[in-house]
Order: sequence, then structure tokens, then C-alpha cells
Amino acid sequence: MHKLLTDSPGMDVLLLGNEAIARGALEAGVAFATCYPGTPSSEIPEQFFEISQEVKDLYFEYSTNEKVAMEVGAGAAVSGVRTMVTMKHVGLNVASDPLMTLAYTGVKGGMVLINADDPSLFSSQNEQDNRYYARLSGCPMLEPTNTQEMKDWTVAAFDISEVLEIPVIVRTTTRLAHIRGSVKLGALRPRKNVSHFQKNPFHYVCVPAVSRNLHKELLQKYDRAQEMSEKSPFNEIIGTGRWGIVANGATYNYVKDAVADLKIQDKVRILKLGFSYPMPKDLCTRFMKSVDKVLVVEELEPVNESDLKAIAQENGITLPIKGKGIGSLSRLWEYDPGMVRKAMADYFGIPYTAPKPVDTSDIPPLPGRPPTLCAGCPHRATFYAVKKVYGKDAVHPTDIGCYTLGLLPPLSTGDFVICMGSSVSSSCGFSRATDQKVAAFIGDSTFFHSGITGLINAVHNNHKFTLVILDNGTTAMTGHQPHPGVDTTPMGIQLSQVIVEDVVRGCGVKDVHVVKPFNTKKTIEALQASLEYDGLSVIISKEFCPLFAKGIGKARKAKPFMINQAKCKQHRDCINLLACPAMYLKGEQVAIDQNLCIGCSLCAQVCPENAIMPAKE
Amino acid sequence: METIRLVCVGVGGQGNLLASNLLGQAALSMGINAVVSEIHGMAQRGGVVESTVLMGNVTSPIISNGEADVVVSFEPLETMRILPRCNSKTVVITNAQPLPPFTVSIGQGKYPPVDEILDKIERKVGKVIALHGNDLAREAGNPLSLNMVMLGALIGSGAVPVTEEAMKKIISIATKKAFLESNLKAFDLGKQVAKKLAS
Repeated sequence: MHKLLTDSPGMDVLLLGNEAIARGALEAGVAFATCYPGTPSSEIPEQFFEISQEVKDLYFEYSTNEKVAMEVGAGAAVSGVRTMVTMKHVGLNVASDPLMTLAYTGVKGGMVLINADDPSLFSSQNEQDNRYYARLSGCPMLEPTNTQEMKDWTVAAFDISEVLEIPVIVRTTTRLAHIRGSVKLGALRPRKNVSHFQKNPFHYVCVPAVSRNLHKELLQKYDRAQEMSEKSPFNEIIGTGRWGIVANGATYNYVKDAVADLKIQDKVRILKLGFSYPMPKDLCTRFMKSVDKVLVVEELEPVNESDLKAIAQENGITLPIKGKGIGSLSRLWEYDPGMVRKAMADYFGIPYTAPKPVDTSDIPPLPGRPPTLCAGCPHRATFYAVKKVYGKDAVHPTDIGCYTLGLLPPLSTGDFVICMGSSVSSSCGFSRATDQKVAAFIGDSTFFHSGITGLINAVHNNHKFTLVILDNGTTAMTGHQPHPGVDTTPMGIQLSQVIVEDVVRGCGVKDVHVVKPFNTKKTIEALQASLEYDGLSVIISKEFCPLFAKGIGKARKAKPFMINQAKCKQHRDCINLLACPAMYLKGEQVAIDQNLCIGCSLCAQVCPENAIMPAKE
Repeated sequence: METIRLVCVGVGGQGNLLASNLLGQAALSMGINAVVSEIHGMAQRGGVVESTVLMGNVTSPIISNGEADVVVSFEPLETMRILPRCNSKTVVITNAQPLPPFTVSIGQGKYPPVDEILDKIERKVGKVIALHGNDLAREAGNPLSLNMVMLGALIGSGAVPVTEEAMKKIISIATKKAFLESNLKAFDLGKQVAKKLAS
């Protein structure tokens, strides 16, 4: 049995934040879950994926993208089924279109949207603050501060959603999603997975005449949500001192620990904002009236700070309210305990000496350890071939996945990335606006996510460039989730496979080549043809991600390679052009680490002296 | 109890996330409050992987510069890189066997001599326990059991209040049968070496 199905209320278990959320959903009787994976949210759907193979009455799917996930979830939730939709912060940009109007129609079954922000950009293209999405959509937002709350408040979010008939957003950040902490389990509620949709087109069909009224209803829901937020135990005033501190999410922990470290328990009064949208205005007013000054500790944008200033102004409260700019509290990156402790000491005038880090002035610059494409990664072979054919001047719009790592030299096959799918559409712009050749890269999962519409645009508007689809048979970067192009049979599930080549041809692309990237000669020939073709070409480079292949028992049965030192003439093309982590310099000789090499043979094909060969037993 | 802030560093694939997770579970099984934090994402792609375990009356999951009480490092270069997190009292338990980054392998940067690294660190922190973790893992019969060696060394050092019994119990629950014997042996080897070095 899956560990999250343990039916032992009261039991303490150590859970990852994301597991705690999934458990909360199960305790709330979630029967329908959708997502597109994205760090730091991916472990939530992972639980549902596993559990849905054990229990029949939980439907789960990896949807094509976040917008699709939201809309699939919407269909279930307006029919009365408890639904969870999960995504990372930038995923909500993709899903924001349905969310804005789903907030109008509302839902019948509780619908909880998990949104994972990523301050410090551990694995994202930006660090936008999605608390604004609560404000933009009108959906209530909860911000738990630890694993227990991530579980408990997820249950509560379903209840709030069902009472107000509106989706509720639970916001986490990387720190919360990826902490492990103790969680006391609650009871599992039964799942209701089939419902009957009550037709009401003058409520659910959002034509202008309908939506004008729905907007009014949304504002009424806002008022009710505000009342709930005023009374919610998730918004809490702690302490009776005259120094006011406001905190939310991960920063609440730093404030709480700093209060103990600075021994100022009797001096402070903390406002913990857990039901953070709508803001509990009366509670905030009472809080501000009971303190002498306020420090707002929040990562990223000054959302609470601005709201508190507005509430103070409305209520004629004149006291200092500060946040950004105190100590090193800024709008950039995630906070840490030392930083918050220092800001509190500065603002309230507490004598404090920070722990002294060891002196590192005599430590020389250390060689970096950037993440790199694995030994035997097929992307390396494709990048090598493209570089060889297209030269240095060609523009390489790329996309989001492991292959973004191609931006590093010597592969240098990434020139522009802004979001999922942008490789294809931006190539339309690059190829029209510049005199350079354009060869773009997109992964198979990203192609299905949001590359197809760009490709249709390229066909329709007669754009001329080459799109290389790196088809490694999985969603590698986020942990090998299936996507529409994956043959799921080896994973023991029966989903229909959509073939990338069929889609490309169906979009109207005429010049299509399918290549095996480890056949360097044929790959180069196909790329050469695309270079000479006066129009849009698509190269589908098809080879399993070796990590995934190993997981499903389809690893290449190849011997590791070795270098025949007698034949090696030290051109070093292998090491200089490929940057394979299995290769290293042993003194002045290039060598291959037999434990890392999986025998992809790329280096052997690149070597001008044929000095690289399979190792003998 | 006093709060203990432990940071664990290594390279993707060395198994440090499992080690910190098991340490957290062992603490919890003894009734010690523990918060574990990990950074995932590109962990499998050969980059630096960091996790933290905080024990005691504490809720923050991360450790600021100068505030680590214990460092468990699976790789000497990474021990050097994590130094700003240490202060003059920090106990550093480190594997002394390097895993050079590919930037070094391909000649873009030089890996400092391990002796020099350890010598520098010893003069800055409270205590250094350095062991040949990969050799010990191999001796235990499984080169992948480096994380068990390092856990053993941590328990042997006495730097955390988690007992050998609690740790081994959690390892036994979490390990696949085929690796249990070698994992426990790796743990014991790490523990013995650290005990000797710590005394």
C-alpha cells in the first residue's frame, strides 16, 4: 500500500512538504487530480500517479500543459467532484486564462490549486510572486508555513472552496515544498468520484451578459471570503509586545526562530498571515493599533507591506510600517534565518552580533560544478551535429528541459529561452528579423506542452528555419513523467501514444527527417539537407534518455569505450567538443571513466584517428 | 536540547538526500524534533546537492552563513565550497576522496590537492574528521554505500544526539534487502573510523 494511504489517524510521520499536500488532499477526499509537472511542485502529482494505480476511485492525469490541467480539473469540479490541480509558479501563467474566468463560474466540488513559487530561482526562469494571482483572479489564497500546515490547510482549502464555490489557491515556495517535517495524520474521507453535472448555461457559459453578473457574484464571494479570513485560525496574532512583525509562509519560521534567538518573546507581537487573501483587514487594523511599529517580513514583492499601508491609511493609523530595505530584506531571492534575525535586530534596535563565518579570504577560486548533460545523453550528440552543420553564427532558440544545459560551452547551443514553447515561436521572429540561420531546439514533452501552436504558425506564415525536436521518450528534467508522446506500456499503464512525427506532418510541415542522434553521419546528412532546404524543416532526433531507459529496463546493451593511447594523436576533439563527464585528463592523456561511460559511441565517431573503441572485457 | 544545525553536501548521485532524510527520520523516532530541507531539480545532472537537518526547538529549514554546527560532506571540494556556512566551532565530517567536476576533467580549472584542502579547513573550524569514504564503501561490498559510511561517521563522531540503534533501525526499514548487509557494514566502518579520529 502507498504510504500516503496509511489509515492511522494520530500517527506521526516524516513527510516531504509536497507529500503532506498530497496527503491533505486524500484526507479531504480528493477524487480527481491533474497537473503538468514542474519543480518545486512535481512530487505532489508523483504521489497521485502512484496511488491512482492502486485505487480505482482516484482519477489522475499528467495533462499536456497547465492550461489543459486547469480546464480538465474545471470540468470535474463544476460537476461536483473534489479536484486538485498542481503546477509551478510559471505554470500558472499558462493556466491563468482558464483560472480568471473559472473564478467567475465558480465550482461545485471543492477545487484546490497548488501553486509552487520559486524564490531564488533554484530551477526556474524567473521568480515572479504569484500572490498577485490571488488578487488578479479573486480566488482565496492560503500560505502554510510547515509540513503539518501543508497537510491540514489543504484539507481546509477544499472545505473553503466548497463553501464559497470558488477555487482556492494554496501557495508554497521551494523551501516549503522540499522540507521534510513531522506530520500528524488525520482521517481519510471517502472519495466521491462520479457526479452529475447540473446544467445551467446562464451561469456556466461565459458570454458577456452572463459574465457581467458573474463578476458581481465573484465580488460577493470576495466579501464572504474576507469574513472567513477575519475569523480564520490560520491568521493569528502571537504575543503581546509592542513591536509588530508580520510574516507569511517560509519567513514565519525565520521570524519565530529569531524571536527565540534574540530573546525578545515578551517584546514582540507577530501577525501570521496564513489565510492571506483576502487580507483580514479588521485583524490587521487591531494588530497595527496594538503595536508601536511594524516590520513586514515577506519574500519577493512587498504585497503584504503595501496592503498593510493601505489598511493603515484607511483607518487613520500612523505608525512606521517597513519591510523592503530594512537590513538586507529586498525583493530579490529567498530569505534566510540570519538575514531575518539581523533585520529584526536593526529595526527594533536590539544589540546583536551575528555568528562569525570562518575567514575564507585565503581560499583560492574553486573550480565550478555546474550541472551537465549525463554521459551518454543523446542531446549531446544532436548538439554536436547541429553545431557542425550550422556553424557558430546560427541562432539557437532553445526551450525548457535538460537540453537547456546545451547553452554551456563547448556545445553552445542555446541563445534564447523565455518560457515553455518559446523556441518555436521566437524562431519565427529570429528568422524574419535577422540575416542568420536559425536552428531551434525543443524537447518532446515541451513540444506537446506548447510547441505545436508555434509550429502551425511557422507553417502558415511561411517561416524558414529548422526545428530540432529532441525526442527522448520522457519528461526527463522533472523526473521521467509520461507525456502524450510516451509509450507507457513499460510503465504498466495503458495510455494512447501520440507520435511526434505524425503531429509534425499533420501541422503541415513538408521537410521532416527522423534521425538517430548516435548515428552521427546520417544525422549530419539530415541537418545538411535542412540547411539547404528553402523553408521550414523539422528534425526529430529520437533516442531514449539513458536514465529513463535504465528505469524501464531498456538500457543500451553497449560496452564502455576506451582510448587506444597508441593511436591517440592528442587532437582532443572528443574532450574539447563534447564535454562528456565520462572523459577526463590523466596527466596529458585523455581517458574514459569506465564507470560513467555507457557506450554511446559519440566520441568514437568524432575522433579523427579512430582511436576510441569499445573496451575489452 | 540545544538546536543542532547540520548541513550535508555532495554531488548528484552520491545519495546525500537519502542520508539526510534517514537522519531526520531517526531523530524523529527518538522523539527529537527535526526539520529536513533539500534542493532537488538538477540533482541528477552532476551538480552540487545540498540538504540540511535541523534538530531541536527550531522551525527554520535552512542554515545561514556562519551558523552550521555540523557539516557532513561527501566530497572534499564541496567541503571547501560550504566553508562560509561554518564558524570556529563547526564539526566537519568529510569524505577525503575527490570526485572532480567535469570542468576540471576537461582542463578548465584545477582541483586543489586534498591535503592542502584539509589542512586549511582544520585551521578554521572546530574539528575535522576526514575519512576515505569510497574505499570504506567498497570494503563494505557496495561502492554506492558512501552515504551509509558518512552516516556512520556522523554517528561515530558524537556530533548529533541520534543513537546508533535508532539510525540502524531506520536504515533497515529503508534499505532493499539485497543491500542491507553491505549498508550496515558501511555504516559500521564509517562509525569505527570516525570514533577513532574523534577521540
